[in-house]
Amino acid sequence: MIARVARIVLAVVATTVVALVAAVALLDRDDDSASSAGAHTADAIDSAVQIARGAYLVRAGNCLGCHTETGGEPFAGGVDIETPFGIVRAPNLTPDPRGLGAWSADDFWRALHDGRSRDGRRLYPAFPYPNYTRLERADADAMYAYLKTVAPVARANQPHALRFPFDQQAALRVWRALFFRPARFAPDAAHSPQWNRGAYLVETLGHCNACHSQRNAFGASSSTLDLAGGLIPIQNWYAPSLFDDAQAGVSDWPAQDVVALLKSGVSPRGSAQGPMARVVVGSTQYLDDADLAAMTAYLRDLPGRRPTVASAAATTTTAAGVNERGRKLYADRCAACHGDSGEGVAGAYPPLAGNRAIALDPPANLVHMVLRGGFAPATPGHPRPFGMPPFATVLSDDEVADVLTYVRAAWQPRAAPVSALEVRRFRGTAQ
Amino acid sequence: MRFPAATVAALAVAVAFCGRADAAPFEDTIAQRVLACTGCHGREGRAAADGYYPRIAGKPAGYLFNQLRNFRDGRRHYTLMGGLLEGLDDDYLREIAAYFASLDLPYPAPAPRAGSTAQRADGEALVRRGDAKRGLPACNDCHGAAMTGRAPFVPGLLGLPRDYLNAQLGAWKTGHRRAAAHDCMAQIAERLSDEDISAVSAWLSAQPVPAHAVAEAASAAPWPIACGSVAVDPSGASSGRATGR
Repeated sequence: MIARVARIVLAVVATTVVALVAAVALLDRDDDSASSAGAHTADAIDSAVQIARGAYLVRAGNCLGCHTETGGEPFAGGVDIETPFGIVRAPNLTPDPRGLGAWSADDFWRALHDGRSRDGRRLYPAFPYPNYTRLERADADAMYAYLKTVAPVARANQPHALRFPFDQQAALRVWRALFFRPARFAPDAAHSPQWNRGAYLVETLGHCNACHSQRNAFGASSSTLDLAGGLIPIQNWYAPSLFDDAQAGVSDWPAQDVVALLKSGVSPRGSAQGPMARVVVGSTQYLDDADLAAMTAYLRDLPGRRPTVASAAATTTTAAGVNERGRKLYADRCAACHGDSGEGVAGAYPPLAGNRAIALDPPANLVHMVLRGGFAPATPGHPRPFGMPPFATVLSDDEVADVLTYVRAAWQPRAAPVSALEVRRFRGTAQ
Repeated sequence: MRFPAATVAALAVAVAFCGRADAAPFEDTIAQRVLACTGCHGREGRAAADGYYPRIAGKPAGYLFNQLRNFRDGRRHYTLMGGLLEGLDDDYLREIAAYFASLDLPYPAPAPRAGSTAQRADGEALVRRGDAKRGLPACNDCHGAAMTGRAPFVPGLLGLPRDYLNAQLGAWKTGHRRAAAHDCMAQIAERLSDEDISAVSAWLSAQPVPAHAVAEAASAAPWPIACGSVAVDPSGASSGRATGR
């Protein structure tokens, strides 16, 4: 009897495994039509124009952001990208033999479109090929042409340091079967060419959802157009929802303010800090007016009032009560710049009263700002930013919690108190 | 044990320095823009009393500019400092450096003498004469006869706490602090023993700073050792970040 049950169980397990393997094999497939479809016509294009176009697109994709070490040689790779699954190391993209020297335009296209390396290995989606798969072939070719012109750097790629089983190609097969299909960008005929251009930039090169969406347990975002906000793994900054005007939605912003934020890092409605400041510095400040207008048109058209868990929590919070210690800390440490009534100084110090960033949940970004301080990015449109000092060495977790609880209770929009435990969670490496 | 009230007050102010912005009325000045720096480095960059955040006021502009870039570009490491600078470009860093370099503020009295008499004598000998047998130039050869630095790249060595001097020489020795290639101070620190470092810091930290101590004027005098930090064009023309990061 027992032996019979065991045989049945074994048979069921074996069948399931075979079915799963078959399903994975079936679902983790490359786009066979891709390489030939829309075949590149490099000969017909003036190569200087193509290279300049490629340089621009590489900026739009912020490739340097991962593929260049801090202070290192451009595109030589080496950045450790910490993920919940271990460390992924961005490779060398220069035309050295250790980089892309031996790669053809088809190889490069396959990496972007199918997520495969030159030797066929499946790539880790820390490289955002779920976004880049929708790139136009001509854009990929231009990026390739440009990367062929950058200074070669003889720097060998370092192996990733991922935990088992994430270090296995089989794990990637499963991941891809579940979360990745090669795809093409599909313009929406109901919208203008400008809107579609914006959607293309947001969805492909901009890979905005890489931060602005919540990833599941497998590190996957539900869609490349999911911009509902999420806590960035490891970095622990909260990338607010672009679908929610109580967070980072811009449906009620004047278009020029959205453009200003992307172009210069600051706008009358708010400034870029933390990871978004890096995006402005490395990428969006270089976009031309037409592309900034296109992204703005798309972002302003997103549903602005979709309720999210975070904003719901904020609105249901009853007034936290003015915390006396927080009030004293505010008067002592913050009021000199942000004002006794949280009014700020126009053009220099952001107001805290009426500032939607104050009410974001989780309050990760507030904790980072208090602990680390920071400057808005220096850009041609805003070359000499004012700075906020770091308080990591002088305020305890309890004090940070007290002062943040105070600023979240003192003015609209009000939000839930901040606990010392939350401060500790987000403190991370800032001592 | 009783402390004079003034000492207690001074200590309290010093401890509270870091992270405290000056509560002056808002003015659109470079001083206002860099309150993020003076939060830790002390009012107008006079140094915080804990010895960890050094004085930046009055240091040569090229030196400060190089250090700002070294922190931003990962050659020196302090999370808070690197984080503050990551979105700033060379032009702004040059302006910030020039501002702090332009400040002429009085120095506090030197720290009480540290170490033994013999140790300080060894330190003075190394500072003034170096040790040719070990390929060690005198500190004076680059940092100036009065040890107040040499414009625009070489900092003075006076007015620095002993802990800071020990920490920096140690960091060069271990490779934790780096500078542009031909990292001359790294080469020198490699040749220093721990005892040498202790002797040099004991003597230097006990020296008074002359009034209105300014770096020697830039000159064409040769350097005793190749040094990348002094080869960079002070206008920064050759120092732009190609990566834009």
